[in-house]
Amino acid sequence: MGASRPQKLSGIQKQVLSLYRGFLRTARAKTLENRAHIESLVSAEFRKNSELIDRKNFLHIEYLLRRGKKQLDQLKTVDSVRLSSTNVELSDTKQQSSG
Amino acid sequence: MATSLVRRSLSKLHNSPATKLFISRSHASEPQPSTPNLKTFQIYRWNPDNPQKPELKNYQINLNDCGPMVLDALIKIKNEIDPTLTFRRSCREGICGSCAMNIDGCNGLACLTKIGEQNETMITPLPHMFVIKDLVVDMTNFYNQYKSIEPWLKRKSPAPEGWEGKEIFQSKKDRAKLDGMYECILCSCCSTSCPSYWWNPESYLGPAALLHANRWIMDSRDEYTKERLDAVNDEFKLYRCHTILNCARACPKGLNPGKQIQNIKSLQT
Repeated sequence: MGASRPQKLSGIQKQVLSLYRGFLRTARAKTLENRAHIESLVSAEFRKNSELIDRKNFLHIEYLLRRGKKQLDQLKTVDSVRLSSTNVELSDTKQQSSG
Repeated sequence: MATSLVRRSLSKLHNSPATKLFISRSHASEPQPSTPNLKTFQIYRWNPDNPQKPELKNYQINLNDCGPMVLDALIKIKNEIDPTLTFRRSCREGICGSCAMNIDGCNGLACLTKIGEQNETMITPLPHMFVIKDLVVDMTNFYNQYKSIEPWLKRKSPAPEGWEGKEIFQSKKDRAKLDGMYECILCSCCSTSCPSYWWNPESYLGPAALLHANRWIMDSRDEYTKERLDAVNDEFKLYRCHTILNCARACPKGLNPGKQIQNIKSLQT
């Protein structure tokens, strides 16, 4: 196993992966359709942030981890059925802040 | 802002003598804005959507057209200079506890703290709390600790016949025991000023939660006093309090959580 992985994972990388695993595990308890929806949403979010964020920006990664944990806790409750997301265009917020 | 609008509309009618008289009279009670009383606020800024290092940003405002409290200044800055400034506020009279923050190194409510005389005032989020954005901190842990002391009335004996779902009476003397505790608004100024809480935020309950634990322990109507005492009787939950008493200094409601914690300790046999 050590040979296939040239680099050992750092603590924060392990935390991110375990959060991702947590989401996938929780999604299994939901209905088939919602499970697919949750999985696609979560993996898209993780994929996006993995490219967007500087890997040394620990402050931001830790912030996202805390936010993710909170969302996971919410998803774990039986009442919550699926995740939902809204897209806020960056140009909109920029216009607001300058105006 | 409303007064300036009125003034502008009145200045259009300046030529008639009657309006002139009215204008001069309406100004008589206001302080003359002769020299602007400028003051700089250094405010902690951090935006999760634009991940950079947190920074202190300077905002200069004229105190002559600003309310007396720090919250007034923050609202003025948000309205007039930088709408992206983020902070919690609600009641502006010290009853909701939303606007707890660190002002010039002391925890307090922005709505109850007067703007100081000095030229600069530094405003940062509550110390040792996770920042969500600017002055907004993550209170999840704090609220979970409050929840963990079960802050509700618990009874063992059933209500008397025909009295179910009605109030349980209490003598004036018993009610007086709750003074100094029921006033707590859970603003978290005390807990976040406590060095013990800084080092053990997960395991030590903190002054606010312990004050509420004592509030239910002392309640004459509550019948789970012993269980409550046992629940907090823990090396970390209770005995991380070393009576530093920063909590009593920070409390914007003038309470003394340290004294209430001492009461719990004295009730533990």
